[in-house]
This record gives sequence, C-alpha cells and structure tokens, in this order.
Amino acid sequence: MNSPIRRLSFVVAFLFATLLVSTTMIQFVYAKDLNARPDNRRTLLSSYARERGQILVGDTAIAKSVPASNEFKWLRTYPGGAAYAHITGYYSFYGAGSGLEQAENGLLSGSSDKLAFRRVSDFFTGRKTSGASLELTIDPKVQEAAIKALDGRKGSAVAVNPSTGEILAMVSNPGFNPATLSGHDLTKVEKAYNGLNADPNKPLVNRAIGGDLYPPGSVFKIVTAAAALSSGKFQPDSELPGPAELDLPQTTVGLPNIGNRSCGDNDKTTLLNAMEISCNSAFGFLGMELGADALRDQAAKFGVGDQLSIPMRVTPSSVPAELNQPQLAQSAVGQYDVRVTPLQVAMFSAGVANAGVVMRPHLVKSVLSSDLSVIERAEPEQLSEATTPEVAAQLTEMMEAVVENGSGKPAQIDGVRVAGKTGTAETDRVARAHAWFTGFAPANDPQIAVAVVVENGGDPDSEARGGGAVGGPIAKAMLEAGLKK
Amino acid sequence: MTTISSLASRKGRNVELALLVFAVGIVVLAYINVGIAVEGAIPPSLVAVGSGFLVITAVFHLVMRWRAPYADPLILPIATLLNGLGLVMINRLDLARGDDLAEGMALRQLMWSALAAGLAIAALIILRDHRILRRYTYLAGALGFGLLVLPLVPGLGLENYGSRIWIKLGPFSFQPGEIAKVVLAIFFAGYLVQTRDALSVAGRRILGLTLPRARDLGPILVAWMLSVGVLVLEKDLGSSLLFFGLFVAMLYVATERTSWVALGLMLFGVGCWVANMLFSHVQQRVLLWLDTFSREALDTSDQLAKGIMGMGSGGMFGTGLGRGRPDLTYFAESDFIIPSFGEEIGLVGLFALLLLYVLLVERGLRTAIGARDGFGKLLASGLAFSVALQCFVVVGGVTRVIPLTGLTMPFLSQGGSSLLANWTLVALLLRISDHARRPVPDPEAPSPVASDQTQVVKVR
Repeated sequence: MNSPIRRLSFVVAFLFATLLVSTTMIQFVYAKDLNARPDNRRTLLSSYARERGQILVGDTAIAKSVPASNEFKWLRTYPGGAAYAHITGYYSFYGAGSGLEQAENGLLSGSSDKLAFRRVSDFFTGRKTSGASLELTIDPKVQEAAIKALDGRKGSAVAVNPSTGEILAMVSNPGFNPATLSGHDLTKVEKAYNGLNADPNKPLVNRAIGGDLYPPGSVFKIVTAAAALSSGKFQPDSELPGPAELDLPQTTVGLPNIGNRSCGDNDKTTLLNAMEISCNSAFGFLGMELGADALRDQAAKFGVGDQLSIPMRVTPSSVPAELNQPQLAQSAVGQYDVRVTPLQVAMFSAGVANAGVVMRPHLVKSVLSSDLSVIERAEPEQLSEATTPEVAAQLTEMMEAVVENGSGKPAQIDGVRVAGKTGTAETDRVARAHAWFTGFAPANDPQIAVAVVVENGGDPDSEARGGGAVGGPIAKAMLEAGLKK
Repeated sequence: MTTISSLASRKGRNVELALLVFAVGIVVLAYINVGIAVEGAIPPSLVAVGSGFLVITAVFHLVMRWRAPYADPLILPIATLLNGLGLVMINRLDLARGDDLAEGMALRQLMWSALAAGLAIAALIILRDHRILRRYTYLAGALGFGLLVLPLVPGLGLENYGSRIWIKLGPFSFQPGEIAKVVLAIFFAGYLVQTRDALSVAGRRILGLTLPRARDLGPILVAWMLSVGVLVLEKDLGSSLLFFGLFVAMLYVATERTSWVALGLMLFGVGCWVANMLFSHVQQRVLLWLDTFSREALDTSDQLAKGIMGMGSGGMFGTGLGRGRPDLTYFAESDFIIPSFGEEIGLVGLFALLLLYVLLVERGLRTAIGARDGFGKLLASGLAFSVALQCFVVVGGVTRVIPLTGLTMPFLSQGGSSLLANWTLVALLLRISDHARRPVPDPEAPSPVASDQTQVVKVR
C-alpha cells in the first residue's frame, strides 16, 4: 500500500500548490486592484482614521473633521453648509468628491508629497500625522451678499480681486448640504447622493466653473470691444452702423437688436453708445470687420480656452474654431457657439479693471500645517495681458457709461463709480434668456470684479429688463460688500 | 533491518521538546504583539493564558514520553503552534470587538483546547495499540453515519447561515460532522482492510482501467449517496466533499486502483452538477464563487468579498498582528480565520501557515508508510489526507478556488467540536507513528521502512 500513499502525497502537494497560487493571486497580483475598489471599507477606514485638514475662510472653518466615537474615528463636518458646498465639495464613503476636498485631497489628507518632510518629522517626534489646512481667498461678506441677492434663483455669482486674482466669492445655485454626503451611515449617504445626482437641476454641479457652459450674450461685447479698440481701427467715438437688424451675408436671417430697435438716428451709432445700450447690430458689424482670428485671439488673451485649476479644474470657455461671416457676427455678440463660465466672465471685467492684465484666479491663499504654521502661500500671478492699459482705460470708460446711462443702471452705487456690462443670452426660442451682469468697482480704483448669471431669468425683449434688472442688483450687492469702506 | 541499539537514542522526544518550546515561544510573542498593537500594553491576561497554554503542552509532552515515546516528534509541536496561533487570532478579534478575555471567545477556545488536548492525552493513555480500534469497525461506521445525519433530526438539528450542520444540546451547539470525520476514517480503514482483496483484484479491463464488478460498487455508491445527501439536505458542500474525498482516497490506497478514483470523481461531478441544476442554495454558492464582486452576488452576501479585500489589504507582508481590520468580515474567527491571518501576517505568513499544514500532513503520510499493519496504514493516510482536504476546502473556499463552504480550519478556527476532533485525530496519528517507529517488537514481523528515516533532526 506504500506506492498509492506516495502518490497520495502528490495529490496533497497539488492541493496545497493550488492554495499557494490562489493566495498569491489575491495578496500579491490583485492586491492593488482590491484596495482601489470603492466599496473597500478597509481603504476607507484607513483614510478616515487620519484627521483631515480644515478649510478656512478667515478664522472660520467651513470644513473640518471632528472626533467621532465610532470606528471611523473622524467625522467630516461642514459648518459653512450649503453656502460653501461647491467650494468645499464633500468627503464621503465615495472618497473625496468635488470641490477642494477632491482637488486638494493630497494636502487635506496629508498624503501629498509636499508634506513628505513633515510626515518624516511626525514619525520621529511621535506626533499624529494630520492633513494640512487650507486658508481661502473667499471674503465671507461678498459670498453671503451674493447668496442673499441670488435668493435661490438658479445660476451663479463669482467675484475676484482684479489685482491679485483671488476669488472673493463663488456661488452656484442650487446648492446642496455636504454634510448629507459626509455622514457615517453608508445607506443614508448613498440615498442622498443618488437623490442629488438624479436631480434635473444638477445641484452637485459647480456652475461657476464647470458643468454645461453658458452662452455669454452681450457681456461678450467687452471682448469684441477690446478687439476693436486694440486693432487701432476703432475708437470709442467711431461711427458704426446700428440698424434694427443687421443683414447677414450668405443667409436669409439677420442679426436683430433686442426689441428690434434701431441704435441711433439714421441707423448710425458710436462704439460707446453701442456698448451703453448693448447694440447687437453694431457689434455684429464689428465682428465681421475684425475677423474671426482677431476676435478669438482677444478672447484667448482674457483666458478663454485656458486650462485653469483654481485648484479645482475649470472647464475652459470656448470660441468656435471655424467661423463664417454670419457666425462671426453672432459670436461677436456672445451668441452662436461661444460658451463661457461665470468665472471667465468675471475675468473679462477683472482684466479690464487691472489695466489690461489678467491675473490667475485662485481660491487658496495659504496652506497651513496642523499647528497653523504656513507651509505654502499663494503669490499673485499674471495669467496674460489682455489689452494695453490705454485700451483698458477706454473700456472702463465705456463700461462706466453702461452703468451710468445704459442698460446697467440697476448696478449703480451711491458715491461709487461702477463699471459694468449687461447680457441677455438666448438659449433657445422657448426658454427665457439667461440674465448676465459683469462689472467692477470702483472704476477709478478697482477692488472687486464680479460676474452674475441667472438662468432663464432674463427678458429677451429688453437688455435693461434682462441682464440689467435681474443681474444688476446682485452684482451691486456683491460690489458693495467687497468695497473696503 | 534495524537494530534496537541504534534506535534507542532516536525516539525524538528531545526534538519534540525543543520544537514545543519554540512553538509556545512564538505563540506567547504573538499574544504580546497583539496586546501591544491593539491596546498599547502587554496584556495582563498573558500570565493566565500563557501559563494555561504552557501547562497543557507540558502535560502532553510528559505523557508522550511516558506512553508514546517513539511517536513522530513533529506532529505535536505543529498542532500546538497552530492551536496557539488560532487562540491569538481569536483573542485579537475579541479585542477588536471590545471584549476582554473573560467575555470574549478566546477563553472558551482555551478551555476547549485544554479539553481537547485532555481527550487526546486520555486516548494516548487508554489506547495502547491502534489496532484495537479495528474491532469496532462497524460500530464506528454506524456512529459515523449517525453523527453525519444527526443535524437532520428535527428538534435537534440547527440551521445556521444556510447550512444544517449543527446540533443544539441545551446551551451547546455542536458540529457532529467534525467528529464524524475521525470516526468514519476508522470505519473506512477497518472496512477496506477486510474487503480490499475483493475490490482490488476482480474486474474487467476497459480502456486501460480495470473497472470493478457491479457487486463491488456497493460501498462507493453508498458513500456517494451519503455525500450527495449531505450536500442536498444539510446544504454543506464542504463536508460532502470531505467525506467523499476521504473515502475515495482511502479506497485508492487500499486497492491501488486508479479506476476507483476515476469513478469517484465522476460520481462526485455528476452529483454536484445535478445539485447545481436542482437547488437554489447551491446555485447561490456557485454565483458567489464565480462572480464574487458582481452586484447580484454582493446583494446576496458580501462576506467572501470582504474576506478577499481583507487579504488584499494585507498584501505581501501583512498589516501586522493587531493592526488590520479582520473584524470587518463575518466569522473572521471561524470560517474566515485564514483571511484574518492573511490580512495581518501577509502572504508570507500565510505561506508559513500552509507549510505547517503541509508538514503535518506529510508526517501523517510518512506515518502511514511506516505503519506495519494495513489498518494503521489506511487509518493514518486517511486521517492525514482528511486534514489536507479540509485545508483545501477551507482555504480554497475563501480564495475562490472552489465555492465557499462552512468548514473550519483545523486547529486554527474557533470551535469546540473542531478542536476535539482534530486533537483526537492527532492522538491517533501519534499512536500509529509510535507504533510505526517503535523498534520491531517481533523479529518475524517485517519492517517496511527503516524508522530512522523519519527522523528530521538528529539529536545525540
């Protein structure tokens, strides 16, 4: 019976060899994939086990981790609530989702290479490693003024400091409460997330920098005007055709003015006046005169097409590559396929306000370690030169006129010179137009530039009753809040 | 032929003692390691647990010197080490739940270990010669089959987590299948020694295989029906595979005929295929096995997925004892103790554990080769193979080689019936090996293998 016993030992060897292979497959070959699975609680637990850094506005935390009595050790809370939801993003079972939580996950969680040296010293000093905190550029007064003025309407409002690029406010409506996504009850979080994700109003999308971009409408005339002035062929008092409807070559349709009114006597107007009353036909004419390249180059100098991260990724705004004459005329007034983010529109105003220089927008002022010492401080950085200071001064003058005499009157502030531009962007024939306003103040010493869009809030028949009446007061509230008294 | 004088100094008891000290040392270190990792201090229970463990081991070793001086010196240390490491992991999982020694499962496991080792010691003292067991062949058969079907008795059987393999007696629940494994091995050995001639010689040759006569097919058909019965009625693929595999292996050793193996595998395959066609609980297990991470499978049970993710997080070297989260998997201390170890001691540690089992099985098979009587050979090879097969079913189940079943890992898993059965198994192996390595008492009896070949470590 000995030889079958020996053969049996081969069977045993085979059985155990199989087990060595199967355990190796799991613990060596597939280990990485297994750890990366979103439903892997161990990975989650180890990331929950470390205190995550705070997100601070001034001295106030809008996101912070508090000790939890359960196995997760830390609970992420959002004292800033929905008002700052799109800035903070959320930190949930699904990992760091959207906003700064996602964009600066490495710093907040403490795993970033920038913190490597600190981790080593933590190891030797026995200090518990925790993530870095972020101090934001947000001015809570401006942020709250924007939220209050938007009053729950769908849309977005952004404010930047023109001379530094610091983002002072960034609001996107509708919002959401990040706390519902950061809880420790997986089922509840899943339900809340699915609800928000399925909501047709897309509350999870940060409209200020992402999502489906907006047609800019007449606020794009800032770019067209800048291109015109920069070309040297036009001055603010240059005479332009301003018929009720501009004939477009190669088509049977024209480019009509809002309300189908002529822009001046004998269908003539000046560049300044065209800006003031937002005359489509004059700007359509300008677009065709300047050509697609000039228009696109000018837009690019304001940052259109740039891949920006603030540090969240900003969806690049765009002017179409191929434009024939009628498309060019429509693009010059911010229609056709021109698409922008509210942040980009704020950068139009900020560039004009900052003597033609566009600063790189950013949201994080400084990175702080857990003992609040500064690890990294953001320096203002020039993004591009959009116009010469002279052109910027002319544009400022024209935008001041818009608020003083034209469609932007609702944004007037007593005792402060406000520069602005209204916009009423048609999306399709059925829906109401998007109401835009962008501007800065004080015009002689710009401290804050803003952009506001209210979705389907505008009146397509009147720029003053559209972008001016709807967007103007919101911009006014933000400008007032941001002005240093 | 060996001479008595050359064997006298090679009993192996000193080797055993050294290995036992080593085993107890590893267990104590692991216990301290867990305490420091989880609670930041050497656990106060160390003295109680450590001395308890030490006393059991010492008594066992002394009885070995007294009653089984020639027994294989590796078997006891391996069993001790595995039992001890199981205790450490169970204690570690108690701590993760916030239970201290008194309220956790580790203390009960320690008491069961003592009881089981006590039973093994008693068996070594009472049973001077394993051949006596042959007298009780049919009693063992009846007892084994009885134990196997016991969970089916209404009012006594207990269906837990989809399998009906427990019985409940007052406050105790018991897995009679574990004991049945040992008892049935005795029955098979006794029965096959008697009938091996008829089973191995007669038959016709077809396609290179000597097929048995129809009337000799009876035993394998009975064993097959019983296994399929266990699979279907108790919903326990593991036990079914274990018993049938044990029987086929012993049948093969007894008859040396491959045709029995081929026939057995075919029958088992057919049984599984039919069961999969007919029964939803089998289909569910197959789904969990083949597609563990699919939505559908996870909705049914995420236990296997959790265990595998735990092993994955351990990686090559593990998180360290007490530093992983094996407690996230259900039954981390029993059916899933291997993923628990995999997470905390890593692939390297798991390999070491598996090699301990390989060694244990190998010593058992070596004992079978050395045994001088057919019954002893069959019994030792059957017992050794059952350990190998059980390891394969358990580890293969949690690593997706085969569908997951509810068997325990010998010595490691939490559970009294398992410990009782496996320590008894070890006692039997020790008894047979003592007999096999004993200097030839009867000059007429031929010694098939020089017993000093089984020596691994030479001690002067």
